[in-house]
Amino acid sequence: MTGTILPIALGFAFVCVSLSILLNLFRLWRGPLSADRILAVDTLTINAIAMIVLFGIAYTTSSYFEAALLLAMVGFVGTVAYCKFLLRGDIVE
Amino acid sequence: MSLLAEIAISGLLVVGGTFILVGSWGLAKLPSVMTRLHGPTKATTLGVGACLIASMIYFPVFGGTYSAHELLITLFLFLTAPVSANMIAKAHIHRQGRGIDANPSDDIIDGLPSPQTASDWATFGGADEGDPAPTRVGSKERKP
Repeated sequence: MTGTILPIALGFAFVCVSLSILLNLFRLWRGPLSADRILAVDTLTINAIAMIVLFGIAYTTSSYFEAALLLAMVGFVGTVAYCKFLLRGDIVE
Repeated sequence: MSLLAEIAISGLLVVGGTFILVGSWGLAKLPSVMTRLHGPTKATTLGVGACLIASMIYFPVFGGTYSAHELLITLFLFLTAPVSANMIAKAHIHRQGRGIDANPSDDIIDGLPSPQTASDWATFGGADEGDPAPTRVGSKERKP
Protein backbone atom coordinates (compact mmCIF):
# COMPACT_ATOMS: atom_id res chain seq x y z
CA MET A 1 0.00 0.00 0.00
CA THR A 2 2.36 2.66 1.15
CA GLY A 3 5.64 3.28 -0.62
CA THR A 4 9.07 3.93 0.73
CA ILE A 5 9.06 7.57 1.74
CA LEU A 6 6.34 7.30 4.38
CA PRO A 7 8.28 4.89 6.66
CA ILE A 8 11.34 7.16 6.40
CA ALA A 9 9.33 10.25 7.34
CA LEU A 10 7.63 8.32 10.14
CA GLY A 11 10.99 7.20 11.52
CA PHE A 12 12.28 10.78 11.37
CA ALA A 13 9.24 12.02 13.26
CA PHE A 14 9.66 9.25 15.88
CA VAL A 15 13.30 10.23 16.41
CA CYS A 16 12.36 13.94 16.72
CA VAL A 17 9.60 13.29 19.26
CA SER A 18 11.85 10.96 21.29
CA LEU A 19 14.61 13.56 21.43
CA SER A 20 12.01 16.15 22.45
CA ILE A 21 10.84 13.93 25.32
CA LEU A 22 14.46 13.56 26.47
CA LEU A 23 14.94 17.36 26.38
CA ASN A 24 11.71 17.82 28.36
CA LEU A 25 12.90 15.31 30.96
CA PHE A 26 16.17 17.25 31.20
CA ARG A 27 14.24 20.47 31.89
CA LEU A 28 12.02 18.64 34.38
CA TRP A 29 15.10 17.38 36.23
CA ARG A 30 17.07 20.62 36.04
CA GLY A 31 14.38 23.08 37.07
CA PRO A 32 15.35 25.49 38.56
CA LEU A 33 11.95 27.07 39.29
CA SER A 34 8.53 25.51 39.82
CA ALA A 35 7.19 27.19 36.69
CA ASP A 36 9.91 25.42 34.66
CA ARG A 37 8.79 22.05 35.95
CA ILE A 38 5.11 22.74 35.25
CA LEU A 39 6.03 23.85 31.73
CA ALA A 40 8.11 20.71 31.24
CA VAL A 41 5.22 18.45 32.31
CA ASP A 42 2.81 20.33 30.03
CA THR A 43 5.16 19.93 27.06
CA LEU A 44 5.69 16.28 27.97
CA THR A 45 1.93 15.73 27.71
CA ILE A 46 1.81 17.38 24.27
CA ASN A 47 4.75 15.26 23.10
CA ALA A 48 3.01 12.14 24.39
CA ILE A 49 -0.03 13.09 22.27
CA ALA A 50 2.23 13.44 19.22
CA MET A 51 3.79 10.04 19.98
CA ILE A 52 0.35 8.40 20.25
CA VAL A 53 -0.70 9.92 16.91
CA LEU A 54 2.51 8.64 15.29
CA PHE A 55 1.87 5.16 16.69
CA GLY A 56 -1.64 5.34 15.26
CA ILE A 57 -0.21 6.11 11.81
CA ALA A 58 2.45 3.39 12.11
CA TYR A 59 -0.02 0.64 13.07
CA THR A 60 -2.95 2.00 10.98
CA THR A 61 -5.33 1.84 13.90
CA SER A 62 -7.50 4.70 15.08
CA SER A 63 -8.22 3.27 18.52
CA TYR A 64 -5.32 5.16 20.09
CA PHE A 65 -6.97 8.54 19.50
CA GLU A 66 -9.27 8.17 22.47
CA ALA A 67 -6.17 8.04 24.65
CA ALA A 68 -4.74 11.11 22.92
CA LEU A 69 -7.95 13.08 23.44
CA LEU A 70 -8.11 12.03 27.08
CA LEU A 71 -4.45 12.95 27.59
CA ALA A 72 -5.02 16.41 26.08
CA MET A 73 -7.89 17.14 28.46
CA VAL A 74 -6.22 15.70 31.58
CA GLY A 75 -2.95 17.49 30.77
CA PHE A 76 -4.67 20.85 30.52
CA VAL A 77 -6.59 20.33 33.76
CA GLY A 78 -3.39 19.22 35.50
CA THR A 79 -1.48 22.28 34.34
CA VAL A 80 -4.23 24.61 35.52
CA ALA A 81 -4.37 22.80 38.87
CA TYR A 82 -0.61 23.09 39.37
CA CYS A 83 -0.71 26.81 38.53
CA LYS A 84 -3.61 27.41 40.90
CA PHE A 85 -1.69 25.61 43.61
CA LEU A 86 1.36 27.81 43.01
CA LEU A 87 -0.73 30.97 42.99
CA ARG A 88 -3.00 30.38 45.95
CA GLY A 89 -1.48 27.53 47.94
CA ASP A 90 -4.72 25.61 47.43
CA ILE A 91 -6.67 24.14 44.50
CA VAL A 92 -10.32 24.09 45.59
CA GLU A 93 -11.02 27.03 47.86
CA MET B 1 -3.65 9.96 -5.81
CA SER B 2 -2.05 7.56 -3.38
CA LEU B 3 1.45 8.83 -4.19
CA LEU B 4 0.32 12.42 -3.81
CA ALA B 5 -1.23 11.69 -0.43
CA GLU B 6 1.92 9.89 0.67
CA ILE B 7 4.10 12.84 -0.30
CA ALA B 8 1.80 15.22 1.58
CA ILE B 9 1.76 13.00 4.69
CA SER B 10 5.53 12.62 4.65
CA GLY B 11 6.09 16.36 4.29
CA LEU B 12 3.70 17.13 7.14
CA LEU B 13 5.33 14.51 9.37
CA VAL B 14 8.81 15.89 8.73
CA VAL B 15 7.68 19.48 9.32
CA GLY B 16 5.78 18.48 12.48
CA GLY B 17 8.67 16.48 13.93
CA THR B 18 11.08 19.34 13.25
CA PHE B 19 8.79 21.86 14.93
CA ILE B 20 8.31 19.61 17.98
CA LEU B 21 12.08 19.19 18.28
CA VAL B 22 12.66 22.95 17.93
CA GLY B 23 10.10 23.70 20.64
CA SER B 24 11.61 21.27 23.12
CA TRP B 25 15.12 22.44 22.26
CA GLY B 26 14.01 25.97 23.09
CA LEU B 27 12.55 24.70 26.37
CA ALA B 28 15.88 23.13 27.26
CA LYS B 29 18.19 25.88 26.03
CA LEU B 30 16.68 29.34 26.58
CA PRO B 31 17.87 31.25 29.66
CA SER B 32 14.77 32.25 31.69
CA VAL B 33 11.21 31.10 32.32
CA MET B 34 9.55 33.82 30.25
CA THR B 35 11.69 32.97 27.23
CA ARG B 36 11.26 29.23 27.80
CA LEU B 37 7.48 29.72 27.53
CA HIS B 38 7.85 30.64 23.84
CA GLY B 39 9.08 27.25 22.64
CA PRO B 40 6.40 24.82 23.84
CA THR B 41 3.46 27.18 23.40
CA LYS B 42 4.14 28.06 19.78
CA ALA B 43 6.48 25.61 18.07
CA THR B 44 5.34 22.41 19.78
CA THR B 45 1.65 23.20 19.29
CA LEU B 46 2.26 23.85 15.59
CA GLY B 47 4.23 20.59 15.28
CA VAL B 48 1.50 18.53 16.92
CA GLY B 49 -1.03 20.24 14.65
CA ALA B 50 1.00 19.20 11.60
CA CYS B 51 1.20 15.58 12.83
CA LEU B 52 -2.57 15.52 13.41
CA ILE B 53 -3.25 16.91 9.91
CA ALA B 54 -0.98 14.16 8.52
CA SER B 55 -3.06 11.61 10.42
CA MET B 56 -6.26 13.17 9.05
CA ILE B 57 -4.94 12.66 5.49
CA TYR B 58 -3.57 9.17 6.21
CA PHE B 59 -6.65 7.44 7.57
CA PRO B 60 -9.14 8.11 4.73
CA VAL B 61 -6.55 7.23 2.06
CA PHE B 62 -4.74 4.21 3.53
CA GLY B 63 -6.81 3.09 6.50
CA GLY B 64 -10.21 3.23 4.86
CA THR B 65 -11.82 4.86 7.89
CA TYR B 66 -12.49 8.42 8.87
CA SER B 67 -12.67 9.73 12.42
CA ALA B 68 -13.12 13.23 13.74
CA HIS B 69 -10.87 12.65 16.74
CA GLU B 70 -7.89 14.40 15.16
CA LEU B 71 -9.93 17.52 14.55
CA LEU B 72 -11.12 17.46 18.15
CA ILE B 73 -7.59 17.02 19.50
CA THR B 74 -6.28 19.83 17.27
CA LEU B 75 -9.05 22.18 18.34
CA PHE B 76 -8.56 21.35 22.00
CA LEU B 77 -4.79 21.79 21.87
CA PHE B 78 -5.00 25.09 20.01
CA LEU B 79 -7.57 26.35 22.51
CA THR B 80 -5.79 25.24 25.68
CA ALA B 81 -2.13 26.04 24.87
CA PRO B 82 -2.47 29.85 25.28
CA VAL B 83 -4.56 29.45 28.43
CA SER B 84 -2.04 27.18 30.13
CA ALA B 85 0.85 29.44 29.05
CA ASN B 86 -0.97 32.42 30.54
CA MET B 87 -1.55 30.53 33.79
CA ILE B 88 2.12 29.53 34.05
CA ALA B 89 3.29 33.09 33.32
CA LYS B 90 0.92 34.53 35.90
CA ALA B 91 2.02 32.07 38.58
CA HIS B 92 5.64 32.83 37.79
CA ILE B 93 5.12 36.63 37.89
CA HIS B 94 3.36 36.36 41.24
CA ARG B 95 6.07 34.19 42.76
CA GLN B 96 8.78 36.52 41.49
CA GLY B 97 6.90 39.61 42.70
CA ARG B 98 6.43 38.19 46.16
CA GLY B 99 10.04 37.20 46.56
CA ILE B 100 9.41 33.45 46.41
CA ASP B 101 11.93 31.86 43.99
CA ALA B 102 13.41 35.31 43.48
CA ASN B 103 16.96 34.19 42.90
CA PRO B 104 17.08 31.47 40.29
CA SER B 105 20.39 29.99 39.31
CA ASP B 106 20.43 31.77 35.97
CA ASP B 107 20.24 35.21 37.69
CA ILE B 108 17.36 36.51 35.59
CA ILE B 109 14.43 37.92 37.55
CA ASP B 110 11.23 38.26 35.53
CA GLY B 111 9.52 41.02 37.45
CA LEU B 112 6.97 43.50 36.22
CA PRO B 113 8.19 47.10 35.85
CA SER B 114 6.93 49.62 38.37
CA PRO B 115 3.62 51.20 37.31
CA GLN B 116 3.63 54.96 36.81
CA THR B 117 0.56 55.48 39.02
CA ALA B 118 0.30 55.47 42.78
CA SER B 119 -1.36 52.07 43.10
CA ASP B 120 0.24 48.76 42.28
CA TRP B 121 -0.63 46.51 39.33
CA ALA B 122 -4.15 45.12 39.48
CA THR B 123 -2.96 41.51 39.50
CA PHE B 124 -1.12 42.21 42.76
CA GLY B 125 -4.27 43.64 44.34
CA GLY B 126 -3.37 47.28 43.77
CA ALA B 127 -6.66 48.29 42.17
CA ASP B 128 -8.66 48.14 45.37
CA GLU B 129 -8.61 51.48 47.14
CA GLY B 130 -9.36 50.04 50.56
CA ASP B 131 -6.64 47.43 50.64
CA PRO B 132 -3.13 48.64 51.16
CA ALA B 133 -0.93 47.22 48.42
CA PRO B 134 1.22 44.45 49.87
CA THR B 135 4.93 44.98 49.68
CA ARG B 136 6.21 42.87 46.86
CA VAL B 137 9.90 42.19 46.66
CA GLY B 138 11.42 40.91 49.84
CA SER B 139 8.34 39.88 51.76
CA LYS B 140 8.22 36.15 52.35
CA GLU B 141 4.59 35.92 53.40
CA ARG B 142 1.99 34.31 51.17
CA LYS B 143 -1.34 35.72 50.18
CA PRO B 144 -3.99 34.56 52.71
